[in-house]
Amino acid sequence: MDVNEFVNAFAAEFEETDPSEFTAGTSFKDLGEWSSLTSLSVISMIKLKYGVIVSGLDVNKCTTVADVFALVKKSNG
Amino acid sequence: MDKNPFSLTGRHVLVTGASSGIGRAIAVESSRAGARVTVLGRDQNRLAQTLSALEGDGHEMNALDLNHADALERMVLGLDGVDGVVHAAGITRTAPAKFISQDDFQEIMSVNVQAPMELTRQLLQHKKINKAASLVFISSVVGGIMPYKGQGVYAASKGALSAYAKVLALELSARKIRANSISPAMVRTRLLDSVNIDAATLDADEQRYPLGYGTPEDVAWAAVYLLSDASRWMTGSNLVIDGGVTLT
Ligand SMILES: NC(=O)c1ccc[n+]([C@@H]2O[C@H](COP(=O)([O-])OP(=O)(O)OC[C@H]3O[C@@H](n4cnc5c(N)ncnc54)[C@H](OP(=O)(O)O)[C@@H]3O)[C@@H](O)[C@H]2O)c1
Repeated sequence: MDVNEFVNAFAAEFEETDPSEFTAGTSFKDLGEWSSLTSLSVISMIKLKYGVIVSGLDVNKCTTVADVFALVKKSNG
Repeated sequence: MDKNPFSLTGRHVLVTGASSGIGRAIAVESSRAGARVTVLGRDQNRLAQTLSALEGDGHEMNALDLNHADALERMVLGLDGVDGVVHAAGITRTAPAKFISQDDFQEIMSVNVQAPMELTRQLLQHKKINKAASLVFISSVVGGIMPYKGQGVYAASKGALSAYAKVLALELSARKIRANSISPAMVRTRLLDSVNIDAATLDADEQRYPLGYGTPEDVAWAAVYLLSDASRWMTGSNLVIDGGVTLT
C-alpha cells in the first residue's frame, strides 16, 4: 500500500478542490468542500479500493490524509 | 357488548423480519392484542427468542431466507389462512450515488421489494389471505419524504414498496382486504449497524426530532392498529410516524 496512491484516491473524491492541493499532510477537514457527503464518498472509496470498513467517526478523528491512510493500513492488518 | 375494535383476538397474523427490531415488536404487540402469530426470520436463535416472548398460545416460527423461492413456497403451502400480514424484513447499506454497486442494488431490492411482492403473490395464488385481511408494509420516511445522504437504493426500495401497497389496496378491495404502509423515521435497531453511523452522529441527528427517535413498540402499535378493525376504513394509506421530524 502506497501513501501517494492513497492521497490520489482521496483527492479524487473531491469535485471542486484541485488534486494538487492534496498531500499526505493536508488537513482535509479544513477544506471548504469537506462535508458529510465527501466523508461518505471517502468511506465508500476505502471500502471499494482497500476492502476495509471505517466509520465516519474514525475519519472525523483524523487530521491529515496520512492519518486516514494509517487507519486503513491498521484495519488492513 | 361490542368487541373492542382494537383487539386482534381470533386473528392469525404473519410477520416477516420478526427475529429483530421492529418486526419482533410487531409480533409481540400483536400477540398481546390477542393474535395468533406466525413469525418469520432468518436467524433461528433470534427467531426462537421472539417466539418465546409472544403472549398466548398457538404461535409458530419458520426460519427462512425470504429470497429462497422454494423455501418460501413450502412455508406458504403449510400455512393456515391469514387475517393479517406484516412485511417488516428489510436491509440497507450506505453508499453515495457514485458508489452504488450492482450488488448493493440487487441485494437491497431483493429483500425490500421483491420478497414482499413475491410473498404476496404466493399468498394470493394459494388462497391463504382471508377475506377482510389487512396487509401492512413497513416502508420508511426515507422512501420519498425525508432523504438521508447515502441511502439511494434504500430510498428507491421503500418508495417502490409504498407505491406497490397502493396498487394492492385497489386490487384487493373487492374482498375487503386492505393494504397500507407505515413510514417510520429513525428507530434504534440492528439496522443502524449496517448504516455505519457512529453514536455521536446519531445523537446529534436525534436532536432534530421534536419527540426524539422512536422505539420498535412505537411502530408496532401503529401496525396493530392497521391490523385491527379499528382501521377498517383505511386502505392505500402511508402512515408517517416520525416523532415530528418532518415538521422541522
Ligand atoms: N430502524 C429504523 O430506523 C427504521 C426506520 C424506518 C423503517 N425501517 C424498516 O423497518 C423494518 C425492520 O427494520 P429493523 O430496524 O427492525 O431492522 P433489523 O433489526 O435489522 O431487522 C431486520 C429483519 O429483517 C430480516 N431479514 C433481513 N433480510 C432477510 C432475508 N433475506 N430473509 C428473511 N428475513 C430477512 C432480519 O432477519 P435476521 O435477523 O433473522 O437475519 C430481521 O428480522 C425494515 O423494513 C426497515 O427498512 C426501519
